[in-house]
Amino acid sequence: MTAVMGLLAGLLFGLGLAVSGMTDPLKVQNFLDVAGTWDPSLAFVMGGAVLVTFVGFRLAWRAGKPWFDTGFHLPSATAIDLKLLTGAALFGIGWGLAGYCPGPALSTLALGNHEVWWFVPAMVAGGLLQRWQAKRSA
Amino acid sequence: MNIINFTPTEAAVGGALIGLAAVVLMAALGRIAGISNITYTLVDDWRAGRLGGWRLTFVVGMMLGAAAYYLATGASPVPERELHPGWLIAAGLLVGYGTALGSGCTSGHGVCGLSRLSLRSLAAVCKFMATAALTVFVVRHVLN
Repeated sequence: MTAVMGLLAGLLFGLGLAVSGMTDPLKVQNFLDVAGTWDPSLAFVMGGAVLVTFVGFRLAWRAGKPWFDTGFHLPSATAIDLKLLTGAALFGIGWGLAGYCPGPALSTLALGNHEVWWFVPAMVAGGLLQRWQAKRSA
Repeated sequence: MNIINFTPTEAAVGGALIGLAAVVLMAALGRIAGISNITYTLVDDWRAGRLGGWRLTFVVGMMLGAAAYYLATGASPVPERELHPGWLIAAGLLVGYGTALGSGCTSGHGVCGLSRLSLRSLAAVCKFMATAALTVFVVRHVLN
C-alpha cells in the first residue's frame, strides 16, 4: 500500500508541476528575471502549494500517526548554519543557470526534452558526491 | 521590468495539486515530499541492492503525471532553446551538490518547510531564491 500511495502522490505532483508551468525552464527563468521579462506566475504556484499543504499537514498530524506507518518522519534539524546556506546558495546558482530544480527535471525525463538527459545525471552525481563526502568525514 | 506570459490561474491550480501530493505523502506515509532527498536516497538504495519502494513509485508517478498533461493538452515539453551540454552539466552538478548539502530544494524547503513554519527552511528559500535571481540577472543582463 505504501507503493500505491507513493504512486498517487507522484502522479499529483507531476501533474501539478506541468499544469503550473514549472516544467518549462524558460518560464522559471522569467520568474527569476525581475529586472527583465518578469513572469510572476511561479509565486502563485508556491502560494497555492503552501496554502493546501499548510492546512493539509495539520489535518494529517491531528490523526496522531500516518495511515500506513507508525509515526511521522519530520526533519529534526533547526540550525541555520553555513552548511544550509552554502548548499542553498549553490542550488540557487544551478537553478538560475538552467531553470531546472529537481522535480521538474525528473518529471520530464521521458518526454523527449534532451536538456534534462544532461542535467539529471549530473544532478544525481552531485547529490551522491556530497552524500559520499559527508559519510566519509563523519 | 516587463511582465510577460502571466498565468496565475494555472499556476495556483498546479500549485494546489503539488500541495495535495505533499499532503497525501504526509497523511499516508508520514513523509516529507522533498524531491532531492527522495531521489538521492532512491539511488543510494539501489546501490545497496534495495529496491525503491514508495520512493520509486513516487518518481515514476511524477513522470506519468507530467506525461498525462502533455498528452492531454498537446503542448510541447521541449523548451524553445538549446543549452550547451556543458552548461547543463554544470547546472546539474550545482543543483545536486547544493540540494544535498543544504538538505532540500524547492519542494522540501519550499512547499513542505514553509508549511511547517520552519525558520531553517525559510532561510534556505530566501537564500536560493536570491542566488537564483542574481544568477539569471548576471547571465541575461551582464554577460549578454
